[in-house]
Amino acid sequence: MKSKWLSGPYVIWMVLFTLIPLGIVFYFAFTDGAGQFTLANIQRLGAYLPILLRSAWMSIFSSILCLLIGYPVAYCMSKASPTRQKIYYMLIMLPMCLSFLLRTMAWVSLLEDTGIINNALRSLGLSPLPLIRNTGAVILGMVYNYLPFMIMPLYTVLIKIDRRLIEAAQDLGCNQVQVFTKVILPLSVPGIVSGITMVFVPAVSTFYISQKLGSPGAVLIGDVIESQFKGAYNPNLGAAMSLILMALIFLCVGLMNHFSGTDDEEGVATL
Amino acid sequence: MRRFNKIFTFLVFLFLYIPMILLVVSSFNQGTDMAVWKGFTFSQYGELFRDRSLLRLLGNSVLVAILSSLIATILGTMAALGIHAMRGRMRRIVLGVTNIPLTNPEIVTGVALALLFAFAGTMLKINSILGFWTLLIAHVTFNLPYVILSVMPKLVQMDPDLAEAAQDLGCTPFQAFTKVVIHEILPGIVSGALMAFTMSLDDFVISYFVTGSDFVTLPVEIYNYTKKPIQPKIYALFALMFGVILLLMVAMNLLQLRDLKRRRTKLTQRREPSR
Amino acid sequence: MRKRLVTLLLTALLVMAAWPITASAAPGGTINVYNWGQYIADGTDGSLDVIAAFEEETGIKVNYVTFDSNETMYTKLKTGGSSYDVIIPSDYMVGRLIAEDMLEPLNFDNIPNYQYVDESFRNTAYDPDNLYSVPYTWGTVGLIYNSKYVDNVTGWSSLWDPQYAGKILMFDNCRDAFAIAELRLGYSINSSDPAEYQEAANLLQQQKPYVQQYVMDQIFSKMEREEAWLAPYYAGDYLTMVEENPDLSFCLPEEGFNMFIDAMCIPKGCTNKEGAEAFINFLCDPEISGRNMDYLGYSTPISAAKEYMDPEVANDPVAYPDAETLSRGSSFLALPTESTQLMDSLWLTVKTAGGNTSFYLWSSAAVLILVVGLLTIAKIRKKRRIARRGCSRRPENP
Repeated sequence: MKSKWLSGPYVIWMVLFTLIPLGIVFYFAFTDGAGQFTLANIQRLGAYLPILLRSAWMSIFSSILCLLIGYPVAYCMSKASPTRQKIYYMLIMLPMCLSFLLRTMAWVSLLEDTGIINNALRSLGLSPLPLIRNTGAVILGMVYNYLPFMIMPLYTVLIKIDRRLIEAAQDLGCNQVQVFTKVILPLSVPGIVSGITMVFVPAVSTFYISQKLGSPGAVLIGDVIESQFKGAYNPNLGAAMSLILMALIFLCVGLMNHFSGTDDEEGVATL
Repeated sequence: MRRFNKIFTFLVFLFLYIPMILLVVSSFNQGTDMAVWKGFTFSQYGELFRDRSLLRLLGNSVLVAILSSLIATILGTMAALGIHAMRGRMRRIVLGVTNIPLTNPEIVTGVALALLFAFAGTMLKINSILGFWTLLIAHVTFNLPYVILSVMPKLVQMDPDLAEAAQDLGCTPFQAFTKVVIHEILPGIVSGALMAFTMSLDDFVISYFVTGSDFVTLPVEIYNYTKKPIQPKIYALFALMFGVILLLMVAMNLLQLRDLKRRRTKLTQRREPSR
Repeated sequence: MRKRLVTLLLTALLVMAAWPITASAAPGGTINVYNWGQYIADGTDGSLDVIAAFEEETGIKVNYVTFDSNETMYTKLKTGGSSYDVIIPSDYMVGRLIAEDMLEPLNFDNIPNYQYVDESFRNTAYDPDNLYSVPYTWGTVGLIYNSKYVDNVTGWSSLWDPQYAGKILMFDNCRDAFAIAELRLGYSINSSDPAEYQEAANLLQQQKPYVQQYVMDQIFSKMEREEAWLAPYYAGDYLTMVEENPDLSFCLPEEGFNMFIDAMCIPKGCTNKEGAEAFINFLCDPEISGRNMDYLGYSTPISAAKEYMDPEVANDPVAYPDAETLSRGSSFLALPTESTQLMDSLWLTVKTAGGNTSFYLWSSAAVLILVVGLLTIAKIRKKRRIARRGCSRRPENP
């Protein structure tokens, strides 16, 4: 049990650079511009609830989509030869190294009405499609951006699944589907949980994507919070919003952990 | 089924790479608009190399990314091991705190950290505290959750008897760790480190608030181009980075492969006399 | 593996050790300049590299940093922790910084080139006593339209024309968007009357169905590629766009328009005031200003600079409208904080309204009930299981 203390430096680090800033956020959320205690910021949040919920729904949807797309890819990767695996691995990582802003801009010029795809369609004599400025485009942007965060943890978990377990299941008369649902899927739950956390959590507070790809009305909570710091200069309201956002995220992540059976009491504890 | 899976994977890779290819192609375009091809040119690369500041900013970004991901990996792996040994409420609290840097919108984290640093600056009587070190601290802070989230599943998956068995066979706990545990969780560590590196290389919001005037990173500069369209030399920079990272990754893989082969031959050599 | 890690660490340390050496060591000291992104000629496309020229002439090293909006710059200054010697915010932000006592008065003895600044750019509304700021650029906000599809543009009302629905762009910035609505209503763009704000918001709400998107920098590619036909933007940027698409035209609306001035100031807490003043002085040099503006496309407040500019731009009525036209323009002043916040929340309502908000509320509520139900079921089952087995531990792996 000695190794518990290995997390000492981390805990100190987090207290200094996460909990204290969090305290600052709390301070801002419960004070007004002059530093007086107030609940006004919290009371004003009601008006922003629909935006918050909309953001949450969109990121939940994107995380599920990421899981559905990412799982087969991670599975395929884990089945490839070691050299192939390495190549796949770096091909997944590579897009993430490069500017998110530029990649989003590239999507804009692909999807616009006079963009590359629609111009190509037009030159083929087909009618152009409404590809941009709708919810689908925002979801596409989110999935595009966060997909690697889903594939990585899934892959690292999948390569470690004991082959003998699968063989044993087959010997015991399981067919391919059963092997998957009874052995592989349950064993990859820690990876799924990690992946969903890493996609869902940053996606809720994301900004920029909806500004570039969404319809004029599609504002996400991340954009609203950003505008509190950049437009209205109301950091107090911004702080209050981010607290609510944090509460919502903790609720969602906690629920996911509960239902994935990865809670402490179940013994297979993880996030 | 398997063929379907392969085609699907290929399509996903295509999806991931379409914008990248577009950006690389744009770097050879004469116009500024990505969607309109105006003719082939190398001049964007010329402009890029004439601009000393952009390359310096890129250097800054890479430096911070390497250092912060390194520190975060070491600290995060240790933390994951520690958390894995914890039980009950303690564990839940630490894991909850781990999520905070992820859940806070970046702009809030950035401003809060900047306020903290500024406060520390007035305490320590440092006039302009914001700079390289504050940037590094901030990057390590938001990298840590990614490392922990990558290492934890591997630890959970690991057979808890393994380390004990090693100790039963005469290893000290430290040896048990370096000889057994680390091999088990290495893929998690590597993916955590890589993710941390990429997060750090491409962060602009937090970086914006925690840097001072003498150390700025590339994404921050690109983000500030809001009034004017992006200059095409940025595409050239992008294409160049793409190429360099690709080369680095290939080189790393080759090295690792050679390492693996050498270790395998060593292993067989060592085994043979004992048999 | 470990060996490679060690070498990596060592090289990183070496690089870091070498870093400060390259950063410092300038004979004339260092100044930190804080400006908009891409807002100075930097040598691209054969333009003058202004900062390099300054460093060469004075021996002062420049740390050049950028911001993306007046407000982020303000946040950064307010937060502290870093010091800047020269900042270049817009008019209303200069006013705000003066009001909050965040600027140093300039020593005009060190800025002899101030003599070149035109009379009309002295004693401006935001700095009436001419103590804190020296103008850098100015320009107008007008209506850019594609004459292939749109005609008869005389005023802002075209932005409300249903005929062009889906082809209209609008500022993604509440101050500029509200200014347009206020001008249409005949109110002052510096009004702080909540009733007028509400009216402006209603007007913007009416416009929303016709708006393609609220954008800033994307206006360039969208207008050039004819993705959109109508957009309000800066005159200087119109000149850049028209080079790509000659069908574009520019109109300074009859209802009035916004005129902006971006000005150079020295914030409190600067460390090299003389260096900062030398930089301001350098940028006021007619030749430097002229060549800088040639690249930026915005208008110069120094008439003498026109001599060094591309004559076509210098005589362009879009960049330099006549005095009569200019009299219709008005510039932004700092607004009280409550007004800014009210405007921002109204702007957000404009942007988000019309969405299916009740759907999200209901669906969230439904999911919440479902989750609570599932949780209770799970709890009951668990209790039963514990009761049956007397133990909740899973069997260990073989």
